[in-house]
Amino acid sequence: MTKTGAQILWECLEREGVKHVFGYPGGAILPAYDALKHSDIHHILVRHEQGATHMADGYARASGEVGVAVATSGPGATNMVTGIATAMLDSSPIVCITGQVGSKLIGSDAFQETDITGITLPITKHNYLVTHADQLARVLREAFYVARSGRPGPVLVDITKDAQQSACEFDWEAARPQLPGYRPDLSPEESEYAQALELIHKAKRPLILAGHGIIVSGAMAEVLTLAEKAGIPVALTLLGLGAFPASHPLNLGMMGMHGEAWVNHAIQEADLLLALGMRFDDRVTGNLKTYAQDAKKIHIEIDPAEINKNVKVDVALVGDLREVLKELLPRVESVDHSDWLDSIDKLKGDSAVRDVQKLPDNGHLYAAHVINDLWRETRNSNTVVVTDVGQHQMWEAQYFKHEKARSLITSGGLGTMGFALPAAIGAKVARPEAEVWVIVGDGGFQMTMSELATIQQEKLKINIAIINNGFLGMVRQWQEFFYERNYEATPLLNPNFVKLAEAYGIRSMAVTERSQVLPSVRAARDHDGAVLIDFKVEQEDTVYPMVAAGASLNDMIRRPSPIVETATDE
Amino acid sequence: MLNIFVVYVENKPGVLTRVASLFRRRAFNIDSLTVGRTEKPEVSRMTITVDTNPDQAKRIEANLYNLVNVLLVENITHEPAIARDLAMIKVAATHEARSHVLELASVFRARVVDVAPESLTIEITGGEDKIDGLLEVLRPYGVVEMVRTGIVAMRRGTTSAGANPAQTKTAELAADEGVSYSV
Repeated sequence: MTKTGAQILWECLEREGVKHVFGYPGGAILPAYDALKHSDIHHILVRHEQGATHMADGYARASGEVGVAVATSGPGATNMVTGIATAMLDSSPIVCITGQVGSKLIGSDAFQETDITGITLPITKHNYLVTHADQLARVLREAFYVARSGRPGPVLVDITKDAQQSACEFDWEAARPQLPGYRPDLSPEESEYAQALELIHKAKRPLILAGHGIIVSGAMAEVLTLAEKAGIPVALTLLGLGAFPASHPLNLGMMGMHGEAWVNHAIQEADLLLALGMRFDDRVTGNLKTYAQDAKKIHIEIDPAEINKNVKVDVALVGDLREVLKELLPRVESVDHSDWLDSIDKLKGDSAVRDVQKLPDNGHLYAAHVINDLWRETRNSNTVVVTDVGQHQMWEAQYFKHEKARSLITSGGLGTMGFALPAAIGAKVARPEAEVWVIVGDGGFQMTMSELATIQQEKLKINIAIINNGFLGMVRQWQEFFYERNYEATPLLNPNFVKLAEAYGIRSMAVTERSQVLPSVRAARDHDGAVLIDFKVEQEDTVYPMVAAGASLNDMIRRPSPIVETATDE
Repeated sequence: MLNIFVVYVENKPGVLTRVASLFRRRAFNIDSLTVGRTEKPEVSRMTITVDTNPDQAKRIEANLYNLVNVLLVENITHEPAIARDLAMIKVAATHEARSHVLELASVFRARVVDVAPESLTIEITGGEDKIDGLLEVLRPYGVVEMVRTGIVAMRRGTTSAGANPAQTKTAELAADEGVSYSV
């Protein structure tokens, strides 16, 4: 059957299971938009193309399905760059469709022409320039396959205007992916399983390092079985939170720069690290020279390029985590590690995360209060928290206890401020039944707050908690520790967020006292539209503990003692 | 040490950029990179040399495989292989120097491919050391211009073909290239 490139685009997306796309029209993508009227796909009009990519990313992380963002050529495409890089660093499957000037104009610096495949080459898993309608079906099938298979990631498909306009014979079956060099389905050798099992059975002080790969692979049940069967405690990366239930006795909590002291000490004292779907990022290892020196290391990871990249490992099992664990689990023997678990338990008294509920209420409002109250209030519902980047992100990781996978969505690898609000829109579109909370700083919120209009246009029930301390808080914290409290360019003069939200027709309130936190959260939950709460929190609060960049993992900056900045001191 | 990678890629626009971009992005320093056709029109072949250690060489291999258009990567550094560089060297050879230059070229089994009143152009093929050696002895006469292709390399033919599909593939390619010789 003959179809135009524009028609083929939407038909292929439908066949790939796409129900929603996030986009912004413009000249070079107009033929595609014109053909949208014949499609069942719901298009969500964003306010900035960066927002579209974060929405597609949030959609992908909330659902595990491929998220799709659409933009025009030139500035539309370049605005996507931050979102694409964010998805790349966090292995999030998105497909970005961009319009391109007519194929005969390529290279002529035509109006709104930019070399987006060149620009995104290092930040996509793969990308394509399509100049003929008859290439489109195969390319789109490949794009979705590459995005979701193996280690997922973003794929960009740049389609010239003439490729959208011209017609060709459309044959879905014939347009099968042709990827002779692509091998997403590696699996370990038998000898590697044997070596791993030997190390696991010999270990006296083993520790599981649980990463994002568990969630991507859907290996939560297998990891739980492994930990319980072999009696191995579990430390999680930021993106791993939710991969192992927070309330489980073997869960130690988050590791790394702002992980609890006992977690980092346990890593340093372990004799075996079992790294599952994580990549030894510098934020979790600290100084590599002093990192877990006594530990043998087993790395189960789908991307062979991650093996021995930062940390040299003893055994690497390259493959899909769930498949590898299924193979491994029946051969894992039950081992008693109670001495090791007891020794970690003794360190647990040494907590830096304040037991915030025990603090007397003397009028001060701390971010920890807000986040912990939010957790207690929503813990029994199907909640997805989407955080931005900075102090509030770390407090969320410390004070909000995630029991389930895909209940936290956050920008880890790239650390993209402005991620939360649009990503939450994507999450809500993917999972309309979920209670979606945005936890965002006053700085990051203002980077993409134009998407408040998208929330209203789509009538989405999203709750927004701004942790407003009037500073770029994490940068201020670094200035406090490492730049002699020279608060250069970190204080923010903010707009009235309540009035701002009102201008968008979003219900809003400001909270300045602890006693108002729970009532405001309840009011937000009861309202059937979007709600914004401006939590005006203590301005110079600090995230503890902290491993300074490049310091050893057990060399943590601790809360000063006696505690000077908590609500107990007046 | 100098690692030699033979990389088979899909013969498509932009693949060279993807490979070059990967090396730049990961800060792997390319010593030389050559690319050309193979006996299959849809496949191109690269020889990439990188001064690196064994761990990083493995990472380079893994990262190359992460490029969707890369078909096969072989690190032939520690295998019997033939590595060749081709150079054309234009030497200022006036009347009296000319016979000396010709003699040197002959010692190195190089060929004179262009003769002009003020210069001779010599073509030489061989290992990098051999070319460096010729250059060294020609330098006093005045090297006006020089171009080198960078290394192209190939695994030597195997005695038991078919043991390893990758090896078979290279062996098949090698058979098309004519005579193999050792220096």
